[in-house]
Amino acid sequence: MSTFVLLTITGLGLGAMYFLVASGLSLIYGLMGVLNFAHGAFITFGAYAAWWLSTKVSGSFEVQLLVGAAFGLLVGAALAALVELVFIRPLYRRPVEQVLVTVGLALSLGALVYGIWGADAKFFPVPDWMLDTTTILGANIPNDRFVEIAVAIVVLLGLVGLLRFTRVGLVIRAGVENRAMVTALGIDVRKAFTLVFALGGSLAALAGVLSGVYYGTIDPARGTSLLIFAFIVVVIGGFGSIGGSAVAAVAVGLVQQYANFYVADWLDWSGAGDVAVMLLLASVLLLRPEGLAPKVAH
Amino acid sequence: MRARTYVVPLAALALLAVVPLLSFDVPRLLPGPLDSPGTLQLLALCLVFAGVALSYDVLFGFTGLLSFGHALYFALGVYVPAIALTKWEWGLPQALLLLAAVALVVPLVLGAVSLRVGGIAFAMVTLAFAQAGNIVVQTNPRNLTGGDEGFSLNVDPLPDFLIGVVNTKYLYWLALGYAVLVFLVARAAIGSSAGHVWRAIRDNERRVEVLGLRPYPYKLISFVLACFLASWGGFMWLLLIGVTPEVTAATLTLTLLVMVVLGGAGTRFGAMVGGFAYTLLDYRLRSLAGEERIQDLPDVFRVPLSEPLFLLGALFVAVVFFVPGGLASLPARLRLLVWRRRAEEAS
Repeated sequence: MSTFVLLTITGLGLGAMYFLVASGLSLIYGLMGVLNFAHGAFITFGAYAAWWLSTKVSGSFEVQLLVGAAFGLLVGAALAALVELVFIRPLYRRPVEQVLVTVGLALSLGALVYGIWGADAKFFPVPDWMLDTTTILGANIPNDRFVEIAVAIVVLLGLVGLLRFTRVGLVIRAGVENRAMVTALGIDVRKAFTLVFALGGSLAALAGVLSGVYYGTIDPARGTSLLIFAFIVVVIGGFGSIGGSAVAAVAVGLVQQYANFYVADWLDWSGAGDVAVMLLLASVLLLRPEGLAPKVAH
Repeated sequence: MRARTYVVPLAALALLAVVPLLSFDVPRLLPGPLDSPGTLQLLALCLVFAGVALSYDVLFGFTGLLSFGHALYFALGVYVPAIALTKWEWGLPQALLLLAAVALVVPLVLGAVSLRVGGIAFAMVTLAFAQAGNIVVQTNPRNLTGGDEGFSLNVDPLPDFLIGVVNTKYLYWLALGYAVLVFLVARAAIGSSAGHVWRAIRDNERRVEVLGLRPYPYKLISFVLACFLASWGGFMWLLLIGVTPEVTAATLTLTLLVMVVLGGAGTRFGAMVGGFAYTLLDYRLRSLAGEERIQDLPDVFRVPLSEPLFLLGALFVAVVFFVPGGLASLPARLRLLVWRRRAEEAS
């Protein structure tokens, strides 16, 4: 029982990170039709920016982490806005070229991280209380899991609030539904494009920072490995749906953790968890090719 | 006109075929004289990737299917025969038969699932399957794949002329044969009636449906053919380089995409030239990164210049922006430029 509780909460913690990456990807795709491969670079750059500033700040780990995280989020948002303005905007209405450009950027930016910071993992500032454990139903759970889950819930509520109750959110929702109509009504959707990109970039950076807390280190391959699971979450959850992303992220995180423990033990093979996620994806596609939720931003 | 279109490719083929017999230097571009093993190995890799890039172009450029999982099928060609020869100690013919079967069945099954969705979802699903392959290889189940390290191939079942540095020229000819074979198969497939449907699907899938054809089986044929051809490129990699887990990484697929777009998607020679040129450029940039005049530069220039992938990614973005159509479109662009110049002069 205690193992099951530990696996569940760890799975939710992982799912929280997948959700942060996937929600941005999903909104960007839903609104603009751009599959953003450069999203992994936003994760990595955000995490490294947070780490870099945290080594320059003196103070407790809490202060370092908060200051670093704030800076990382800014860097993620700025990088994403820059990518949208310089590379994506000139290629509107050419979706294949847009994907190709984000692929090129993903390769270039990924190589740049290796060039600047090297291939070795960097230790991330993690406050002591996050490394301590809390006992729930006999399971000793590291406290950082609760931080990740709490952050994801706050982001989920914030995104839903933004989409439901603000004018920008209305434009985004309408844009996901029918971009041509919104433009015809005289609303400049391009502003919403840049905003959604910057928002997605900062959420990706936040996921990068949280992954630093979760693993205790960051490395240049972090962005790519999170991105692939986030892609799976987006496909399972349905493009453009925040709620779908949240449900799918939880499902993927839990399946990965359970399979990693129970099936891996049984098969004596450590890849079982990740491969189980791919099987989940294949079965969802066979049963519901359009994903869990149809394309509506809510 | 018909005869002229064959002159350049046949001359290039003849030139490539005699390379191992020539011994002059091509300074700055190649590591040694043309007949040195190092150069022949590099050129053989260039030829292999010319073939693999064309196989990817069948899928992407001719059928309009953006797959992010081609590395998986390339990796099958590396790992399946390597495991059969080394871990199970099979003979070469049995290992190759096994590869042929696996290289047909795996893309057939995975393609049948992935093609249930189209467009971007298809791209993501193929990526996920390839990633599963990457994880299987990295986690080394039953000690079959050797994990991060790979393993050394048991060369006993291989014929003598494929082993040893002195025999690199035979590997080179084999690679040339692979590239030519992929070209001939791709040409025949693209020219067939299925090939016409592929291009119609690429241009407008809805119209194909309205005309009363089901696109699904045609897309599946394209997928299986492209993956099957790529697997044999993987086998060439096994002979030239060995068992390395990098071949399963998503980066390899992205690299193939870069090769095809660089050369010109939807053109046979373009994709091959793209694959050849990219591999050569990648090698050159790697050795350039180690040179002193780069190492002495200030960090702002040194760091990006020492990362070949950064430069290749940037080059790719530039091609997408400024030369859509890739290298293959250059002659037409130049002709247009000259024609315009003349028209201006005349007026």
